[in-house]
Amino acid sequence: MSERKVRILVAKPGLDGHDRGAKVVARALRDAGMEVIYTGLRQTPEQIVRAAIQEDVQFIGLSCLSGAHNHLFPKVTSLLEESGADDIIVFGGGVIPSDDIPFLKEKGIKEIFGPGTGTDKIINFINSLCDE
Amino acid sequence: MNNIQEFSKEIKKGNKRFIAKAITLIENEDKQATELINSLYEFCGNAKTIGITGPPGAGKSTLVGELVKHIRSLDKTCGLILVDPSSPFTGGAILGDRIRMPELTNDSGVFIRSMGTRGSLGGLAKATRDSVKILDASGYDYVIIETVGIGQAETDIVQTADAVVVVSVPGLGDHIQTLKAGIMEIADLFVVNKADKDGAPKTARELRLMIEMSNYAVEERPPVLLTDALSGTGIPELFTKIEAFIENNLKSGKFESRRKEQLLFEIQDILDYNVKKYIKTKIDKDFYKSKVEEIFNRETTPYVVTEELFNILLNKGE
Ligand SMILES: Nc1nc2c(ncn2[C@@H]2O[C@H](COP(=O)(O)OP(=O)(O)O)[C@@H](O)[C@H]2O)c(=O)[nH]1
Ligand SMILES: [Mg+2]
Repeated sequence: MSERKVRILVAKPGLDGHDRGAKVVARALRDAGMEVIYTGLRQTPEQIVRAAIQEDVQFIGLSCLSGAHNHLFPKVTSLLEESGADDIIVFGGGVIPSDDIPFLKEKGIKEIFGPGTGTDKIINFINSLCDE
Repeated sequence: MNNIQEFSKEIKKGNKRFIAKAITLIENEDKQATELINSLYEFCGNAKTIGITGPPGAGKSTLVGELVKHIRSLDKTCGLILVDPSSPFTGGAILGDRIRMPELTNDSGVFIRSMGTRGSLGGLAKATRDSVKILDASGYDYVIIETVGIGQAETDIVQTADAVVVVSVPGLGDHIQTLKAGIMEIADLFVVNKADKDGAPKTARELRLMIEMSNYAVEERPPVLLTDALSGTGIPELFTKIEAFIENNLKSGKFESRRKEQLLFEIQDILDYNVKKYIKTKIDKDFYKSKVEEIFNRETTPYVVTEELFNILLNKGE
């Protein structure tokens, strides 16, 4: 009876004003049966973490096109840790140079999906972690 | 989960992480949720609850955001439950109400939870009711529930509130029709939002006319207010009216009788829910299938079969 539904926060930190990619991902996740909490543009890491805690999501998907990912993504993971919520898995997407990926992973970002990643890849990623 | 005592202690302290976890247990129909509610129940009943409903796009979330900002300016705290429809096909949902109230996420005196309707066993009203209890026990002064006002399930939800606000907008002729068909009666207050748009006064006039022709007693006719949720115009007035409605009900005894009616509904609803769940565990799909065959072949009738099933449920017969 008590089956846990996947809940996931899709957030856009930073100042860029494009959320087409984030919306495509959100819709794909919904179509895969997940509950996607979408918080809109220009969210601060504090807002993202607070929303994630109140919504009790298992995942946070961050999309960043502004180039500030090296600052913003680690800020999210460190705030999660401070709040005792580092069981929430964070992944990212957007325009992220592959050179930055090792650094981001070191900072606790579980996976980075580059531009043009198929949404099924993201869904598989989430499902495989849920099965663990 | 840790033990229930620990959990309810944290909830009473207002620990948001625990509040959130509790609501998840409720949503997932976890057994521990019931234990938790039982242990918190004596601490519930203090929050005033406000239900906000209306058609999609009417500006409910924007209005809720402004209303909460106003309530916060009066130094009161707010818990919010924002319900949006899940896809009936996949069970998934995009819950986007938070977009309309981004500032509130950083406010320590506000807790916001988005909920999908999910729609299994009609457990939605139950899940909302129980989530309200968690927020209530956490000490929030007000709990606001937003739902899309379309079906019975949604109206069931807002009817758990102390005051129900139905939001309309200008130029939605159809919506006025659906009001006639039943949502009308659940409103304690009407709001015509998007008052900045042409036609708002006309919509308000139409609503007032409908109210006059409906079954409300003269002294209980709900007020019709105009708001512009984008600018916040009319929001303080709305809150004053909501408060006045609740205050009057407290004085007249209607507040108490309404809550008692809701409790009666609640226990019947839980019983209903448990019975349905019980039936599911007792009678499997194959059994139904074979019975359908028999009925189809006119070997028996639907009434004979249900009688038989009923006896199985009561553990009589074989
Ligand atoms: N012009 C105008 N637009 C509004 C007003 N209130 C909300 N909106 C807009 O209406 C759209 C839907 O608002 P939302 O709050 O999400 O509606 P909901 O679906 O009822 O929760 C958004 O684009 C809002 O910016 C208002 O008072 N006037
Ligand atoms: Mg809404």
